[in-house]
Amino acid sequence: MSDMQDYKSSLSNTDSRKFETFSYLPEMSPEQIREQIKYIVSKGWNPGIEHCEPENAFQNYWYMWKLPMFGETDVDAILAECDACHKAHPNNHVRLMGFDNYAQSAGASMVIYRGEIKA
Amino acid sequence: MAKAYSAGVKEYRETYWMPEYTPKDTDILACFKITPQDGVPREEVAAAVAAESSTGTWTTVWTDLLTDLDYYKGRAYAIEDVPGDDTCFYAFVAYPIDLFEEGSVVNVLTSLVGNVFGFKALRALRLEDIRFPVAYVMTCNGPPQGIQVERDIMNKYGRPLLGCTIKPKLGLSAKNYGRACYEGLRGGLDFTKDDENVNSQPFMRWKHRFDFVMEAILKAEAETGERKGHYLNVTAPTSDEMMRRAEYAKEIGAPIIMHDYLTGGLSANTQLAKWCQDNGMLLHIHRAMHAVLDRNPHHGIHFRVLTKILRLSGGDHLHSGTVVGKLEGDRDATLGWIDTMRDSYIKEDRSRGLFFDQDWGSMPGVIPVASGGIHVWHMPALVNIFGDDSVLQFGGGTLGHPWGNAAGAAANRVAVEACVEARNQGRELEKEGKDILTAAAKHSPELGAAMETWKEIKFEFDTVDKLDVSHK
Repeated sequence: MSDMQDYKSSLSNTDSRKFETFSYLPEMSPEQIREQIKYIVSKGWNPGIEHCEPENAFQNYWYMWKLPMFGETDVDAILAECDACHKAHPNNHVRLMGFDNYAQSAGASMVIYRGEIKA
Repeated sequence: MAKAYSAGVKEYRETYWMPEYTPKDTDILACFKITPQDGVPREEVAAAVAAESSTGTWTTVWTDLLTDLDYYKGRAYAIEDVPGDDTCFYAFVAYPIDLFEEGSVVNVLTSLVGNVFGFKALRALRLEDIRFPVAYVMTCNGPPQGIQVERDIMNKYGRPLLGCTIKPKLGLSAKNYGRACYEGLRGGLDFTKDDENVNSQPFMRWKHRFDFVMEAILKAEAETGERKGHYLNVTAPTSDEMMRRAEYAKEIGAPIIMHDYLTGGLSANTQLAKWCQDNGMLLHIHRAMHAVLDRNPHHGIHFRVLTKILRLSGGDHLHSGTVVGKLEGDRDATLGWIDTMRDSYIKEDRSRGLFFDQDWGSMPGVIPVASGGIHVWHMPALVNIFGDDSVLQFGGGTLGHPWGNAAGAAANRVAVEACVEARNQGRELEKEGKDILTAAAKHSPELGAAMETWKEIKFEFDTVDKLDVSHK
């Protein structure tokens, strides 16, 4: 049993709270975020940014940061909006979305800045 | 000019072989692979199949003349060689849409794979494909929710969903069973699943199972902050009992239930799918018995037909085969039928076994479920083959982890996310899979242990049912 590891997850351990796609990987570096933005642009999806207090992350509706960036393909411009949202809400999760208007669904959705989870 | 009645046996081809016929957009078209008895001409056999699956019988009857048989009959309109096999040929048959009750795949199958399959002039018969005209598609209810709605209900975007079938298949008590579900869900799975033969046996009655599993879902949701589900199998001896179990699943707040559409029956399935749509429930479909029907290359019903039948009858998930796991499935053919499940328009493509264009109109799609003998090492190939709109289901590949289900689930979750991230970066998953997983395991001891455990297991038997593409 000595080399078997315990799975550390519990109601009282806030590190157990996840937030869907990519939340089981380490937090992304700026370069990794840039790669994902490039992917969203390459698919022809509309980038969008949303944020939320970590304790309310289970809800469907997060706060929109401005409007989705319809037609925006400049990776630097999108990255700058992500940073601006993060700076304005440093304690919140910030998620990057890629809205696929043909599927009427998000083709991509990932938390790129992680807030501190308190509950 | 009215025809005179003359009793006796006519050759089928006089009435049912019409090579000059151009199929209408509203016709239901079928492609049969026919293996005739020796010495029977192809046109006669093809015409016999068209006759016996539509209006005809073995002799002329006077009541034929009371209707306009030329309007109602099915007609064989083309014959083709089967590449690489001289014992059989393809026959294409067109059926007028009036022959079938609206919204009833039961009625379509009763005609197309009814008596004709026991016909003596045939050595073997296989229904290879059906083209459902969009006019008929729109009379069917189809998947209860569809792919986009499921993503919204479950809050899962931009990646394949992860599931796990609870094992052992039979014999666990409800409380132990719920424990196995809870461990998988808290480790990072989106869904756990009843095995197909878990219904309501003496060792675990359905209601106890539903109650314990629901507690597992709720606790795993509170713990992880993510949405979870378990396919509660409502397959039952009668459709009344099936509906009773479905109602209870809804009452306790379960997001998804499951049904076996072939053993449970298509009437029951269509009824349940409609109920799910009306009640906001997702419906997972298992396919027990399919291999009895679809595995023999010369006789039976091809799985691409069973796929279309399910999409019309209704279901949000359908098992599709894995290409890489322990169960049968040629890669190109599998790609053909997973497109048939998900897309709204699929072009004829013989290299993927698709005999007809298929237009689904506005009918939602079905999510293919890859399940059976897969583990973390298969993840790069699975993400590449199936893409995001799929459920990747690891049973033994979760529960068999040396540290238990939660660790097994976390290993699969880390692996799928690492593969999706790499794919989005433009990396080639099947070439670079080992590097991608090895790098991800640096942050996940659970993944490292899974990679160590399943290093050597492969399933590289040749498939029995191959596409008919190569000439001898």
